Amino acid sequence: MAHSENEVQVNVIPPDREKIAKLWKVAGILGIVTAIEFVIAFTMHHGPLKTSIFIALTIVKAAYIVGEFMHLRYEVKLLFWSILIPMIFVVWMLVAFIYEGLAIGSVRF
Amino acid sequence: MASTHAVAPGRSEWDGGVSPMGASYGKLMMWFFLLSDAFTFSALLITYGLVRSSHQGYTGAVEAFKFDQAYWPIPERVFESVPFLHGVALPLVFVGIMTFILIMSSVTMVLAVEAGHRMDRKAVEKWMLWTILGGIAFLSCQAWEWTHFIHGVEVDGAFIHAGLSHNPYGPPDFAAFFFFITGFHGFHVFSGVCLNFLIYYNTVMGVYDRRGHYEMVEKVGLYWHFVDLVWVFVFTFFYLV
Repeated sequence: MAHSENEVQVNVIPPDREKIAKLWKVAGILGIVTAIEFVIAFTMHHGPLKTSIFIALTIVKAAYIVGEFMHLRYEVKLLFWSILIPMIFVVWMLVAFIYEGLAIGSVRF
Repeated sequence: MASTHAVAPGRSEWDGGVSPMGASYGKLMMWFFLLSDAFTFSALLITYGLVRSSHQGYTGAVEAFKFDQAYWPIPERVFESVPFLHGVALPLVFVGIMTFILIMSSVTMVLAVEAGHRMDRKAVEKWMLWTILGGIAFLSCQAWEWTHFIHGVEVDGAFIHAGLSHNPYGPPDFAAFFFFITGFHGFHVFSGVCLNFLIYYNTVMGVYDRRGHYEMVEKVGLYWHFVDLVWVFVFTFFYLV
C-alpha cells in the first residue's frame, strides 16, 4: 500500500470542554431517571398510577436521547416535525389498542 | 442552515440547489429509515400492549406471588436472576446492568461523533472502540439472559423451560413476546455493532480523513442511539410495568 495515501494533512480542532461536559450531563440525567425508575419499581404497588409514572419517565428519557444525543432538537424545524408528527399518531394507536385490549379482557374474564 | 438561504423571487427552496431540511441526503435518509424502524418496533410493542391488557393482571402482594397461567407475571419475580449468583433473588439487577451498559455505549458514541466533527481521528478511534465494546457486552448479557430462560427454572419441584409456545412464568404469550421483541432489538444491536466496526475500520484506515469529513460516524451514531432509544421502551414495558 502506498504510504503517502494515508498521510492527509488534517487540522484537528481541540475539544470543546463545555460541549463535552453537556453530553456527560445528559448521560447523568438518563442515569438518574433510570435510578428513580428502579426506586419506584420496588416501593410502589402495581397499578395505573405506577404505569403512568413509568411511561412519563420513559418519555423524558426518550426526549433526551432523541433531542440531545441524536441532535434532533437543533435540526431545522421542518425535519423536527417530520419525525415527531408521525410518532404522535403512533402514540394514539397505542392508546387505542390498549383500550381495545382492556375491552377484550372484560369480555374474556 | 437551509431555511435561512435566500431564495430567488418566484422560486421555492424545493426547486433544488439548497437543502430545505438542512441535512445531507444520507443523514435525512437515515432519519426516515429510523422513523420506519420505529413503526416496526411500535407495531410489536403495541401488539404486546393489546395482548397484555386483554389478560388479567396480578393484584396480590409481591411476596405472595406465584407463577400461574391465569394472570400475567410481575417482572420483579421473572427477572431476578444474576449470573454466578444462583438461587439468590436479585430482582431487576441484571437488566439494570444491561441498561447501564447500553446508555454508556450511547454516550461513548456521541463522544465519537463529537470527535468526528473536530476531525480528531485518534479520539474517534478510542470512542468507537468503547462503543463496540459496550455493544458486545450488551449482546453477551442478553445471550446469558436468554440461555437462563431457555434452560428453565424449577417450579414446584418440576423443571420447566421457557419457549415461544409455553413457559413457567405465565401465559404463553408472555414469553413469545419477550423472545420476539428482545430478539428483534438484539438483532438491531448486532447490526449496530457490525456497522460500528465498519466505521471504526474506515476511521483507522484514514478513509474519513481523506474524505474530509466524518459524517458516516454521525449517521451510524443516529442508528446506535435509536437502538438505545428502543431499549428504553423495551425496558419500561417488559421489566418495569
